[in-house]
Amino acid sequence: MRNTLLFSIALSSAVALAGTAWAADRGRDGELRLLYWQAPSTMMPFLSGGTKELEASSVVIEPLARYDNDGKMHAWLAEEIPTVANGGVAEDLKSITWKIKRGIKWSDGSELTSADAVFTYEYCSHPDTGCTSSNYFNDIVSVDAVDSHTVRINFSVAKPFPYAPFVGYNAPIIQKAQFDGCIGAKAQECTEQNFNPIGTGPFKVVDFKPNDVIVFEANELYREEGKPAFSSLLFKGGGDATSAARSVLETSEMHYAWNLQVEPEILAKMAEVGKGTIIAGFGTSVERLMVNFTNPDPNLGDDRAEYLGGNNNRNPHPFLSDYAVRRALSLAIDRQILVDAGYGSAGKIGCNVLPAPAIYASDANDECKTQNVDEANHILDHAGWVRGSDGVRAKNGVRLSILYQTSTNSVRQGTQAFIKEMWKAIGVETELRNLSASVFFGGDPASPDTYQKFYADIEMYTNNFSGTDPETYMANWTCKQVSRRANTWGGGNMPRWCNPDYDALSTEMSKTADLDDRIRLAKAMNDMLMQDYAMIPLIHRGGVSAFSNVIEGPRGNEWDSELWNIADWHLK
Amino acid sequence: MDSAVIETEHRSMWTDVWRQFRKHKGALVGVFVFAFIIIAVFVGPPIHGVDPNAIDFKARNLSPEWAHPLGTDNIGHDTLAQMLAGGQVSLAVGLSAALIALILGTLIGVLAGFVKSLNGPLMRLTDVFLSLPLLPLLLVSIMLFRDTLRAAFGPETGIFLLIVGLIGVTSWMHTARIVRGDVLSIKEREFVTAAHSIGTRRHRIVFRHILPNILSPIMVSATLGIANAIITESALSFLGLGFPPDFPTWGRLLYDGTNFIQITPSRVIWPGVFIALTVLSVNYIGDGLRDALDPRLRGR
Repeated sequence: MRNTLLFSIALSSAVALAGTAWAADRGRDGELRLLYWQAPSTMMPFLSGGTKELEASSVVIEPLARYDNDGKMHAWLAEEIPTVANGGVAEDLKSITWKIKRGIKWSDGSELTSADAVFTYEYCSHPDTGCTSSNYFNDIVSVDAVDSHTVRINFSVAKPFPYAPFVGYNAPIIQKAQFDGCIGAKAQECTEQNFNPIGTGPFKVVDFKPNDVIVFEANELYREEGKPAFSSLLFKGGGDATSAARSVLETSEMHYAWNLQVEPEILAKMAEVGKGTIIAGFGTSVERLMVNFTNPDPNLGDDRAEYLGGNNNRNPHPFLSDYAVRRALSLAIDRQILVDAGYGSAGKIGCNVLPAPAIYASDANDECKTQNVDEANHILDHAGWVRGSDGVRAKNGVRLSILYQTSTNSVRQGTQAFIKEMWKAIGVETELRNLSASVFFGGDPASPDTYQKFYADIEMYTNNFSGTDPETYMANWTCKQVSRRANTWGGGNMPRWCNPDYDALSTEMSKTADLDDRIRLAKAMNDMLMQDYAMIPLIHRGGVSAFSNVIEGPRGNEWDSELWNIADWHLK
Repeated sequence: MDSAVIETEHRSMWTDVWRQFRKHKGALVGVFVFAFIIIAVFVGPPIHGVDPNAIDFKARNLSPEWAHPLGTDNIGHDTLAQMLAGGQVSLAVGLSAALIALILGTLIGVLAGFVKSLNGPLMRLTDVFLSLPLLPLLLVSIMLFRDTLRAAFGPETGIFLLIVGLIGVTSWMHTARIVRGDVLSIKEREFVTAAHSIGTRRHRIVFRHILPNILSPIMVSATLGIANAIITESALSFLGLGFPPDFPTWGRLLYDGTNFIQITPSRVIWPGVFIALTVLSVNYIGDGLRDALDPRLRGR
């Protein structure tokens, strides 16, 4: 074995005499070891909304276009990005035509054609498949194969941003030949196919153990010469964020570790060892406080934290419905302290709910960058909230006493402790509550502790959107999206904040194609949310990962898979 | 027995117990350590004079120094102040929960062992409790009672009562089984039969003749119960079912500190040492008490 290897190396270097560097051979660098502390349960991206599954499958299955670490779109399996200018997008914005690169082979040797893309649409749009990426295929009338390498997607409405289907790691192309029998209700039963999908990417699956480890090897038929540099890929799952960081930064057992939500001083201490590098990619994630506009009093029974209409005039929150209180709460927070204590280089002060892409970021809310306790106190005094003998402000018998909940995570509990102290300085009493993440984010309609039910005054978590277009994200805070009993708390509007002016902007945006107008609208919506303090943004968070100093290539990516450029990774 | 001794020296049962107890070196040390911990935890805070929830952002991750004898944590809390405040809660939870479990377990065990008709139903009840998965039970109870208790007693006392109650109610089963077994064997002994025959009432028999004889296993399970309650509380806090996150307990301090073991080792060492010392000293006290309370061992 070893002899054949040596022989093949000798042979290949002999062949390489002609001038191509020896270092350009596929598989020259041996094994690449990745550690994801959440283990993937399937390799089928359409049957799991989890980031870990999307990441794992992204090294095998590819989309037509992909985002880089700056959020810029690059043609991947397509020849170019279709635009109105190059004729790829129709003038009325109702169709987009992609041209697939010729000569791309699936790892089983067959050729990638437009039929695969059409099939992928049929697979994901079938109601019984349970496709978790179906929102990437919204408003599609049909997907047609114009010829063997041209796909046209026809939309029912004008799509100012037609780049959802077949773009990014949420909506890649699967092979028709392999999944033909797995459409609809049979999708979940095709375990063999779901665990070993055939792809066009730089690696192919050799062995998949659900919730444990995946072994990949280099795809011999990968379209780029000499890539990937690694002959095999070990994708290890499980553990916790701290030990994952340690295995890269301190012991160097692994080459790459993903999503390291660990206190900055712990990471810094590990990085001192000098065996690895920490990277933070900034996307759209913002850690924010959600302000409850409805009354969460348990005595209200079914109407607890329930939006009863009237633009928050019915069942209003006893004190958070007061603009002065919300503004004072925001002013009292020193966000720099929160960044330094909990995030370090992986966080920036956040004053907007829409912080990125840069063209959409508003600068109208920079008041939040500096803490102003005097001003906050002044506002509350002026609004008639008077300090009682216990130092807590009250008005008409209503005390400023806040129940503040979030998920269990030591960084979040640190933030809670700081904010409690900061609010104490303006005469606000805070009771902290932390809930297990699996319950808080679990979405069980029977549990009173979910973030959707919001049986508290303030709650804190991070939200973001993938891709680069904010339209659907900003539509989260329209009245229609209010999380309530009627939609089994499925709406995205947790603050239960309802404003017809905002709804009008959202509707306008869905009909506007011009980029400058869309930017103006997105900023206006962001400013409306921020200036009414429907949410209090705290920290613009980066995704943190670490890679070993023996390899080169990881860039981090908040817009697409962290492994988007894994074909380019190599040993130093 | 020598009748002369009885005439010259007046000895009560409890002086005998104390004499025997003093002979157990480990138990004496245990009493000393446990008393020290209790005094430190309840007398310490006014002497140290630092609010456990005060945050000093500039003093984060400090090593031990004069102002902060055990250093500070990553958000600037004084570790000593947190240790003392956490100790009050942990000890209170441990002792009260163990007491509830002890009383419930003994009551059910004695009833099951002594009253024939209750034996079956009570032991099946014990089996039911043993087979209940603890965590879902806690989840449901906390969902049902948290808001009511919070409204009635405030967030901290409400949760304290809930946690103590829940731990107590879910950890009496082993005590009950052990007690029942001992009661069953002791109630057939001659001295119990003798007591019956002279017309002693049943509750007198239980308190005068049976309980003193089964005190040792009860003591042992009670001391184990204290340790168990402290640990269970910390697990609950971690799951977000326990006390509010700004309410320190030893278990929570230990859990929060583990990631910082390289930066501020004192955050892990002290809560660990104190949990271990408490559990050990209580165990030794229990051991000593068992020897001292056992009439067959006493006086040897």
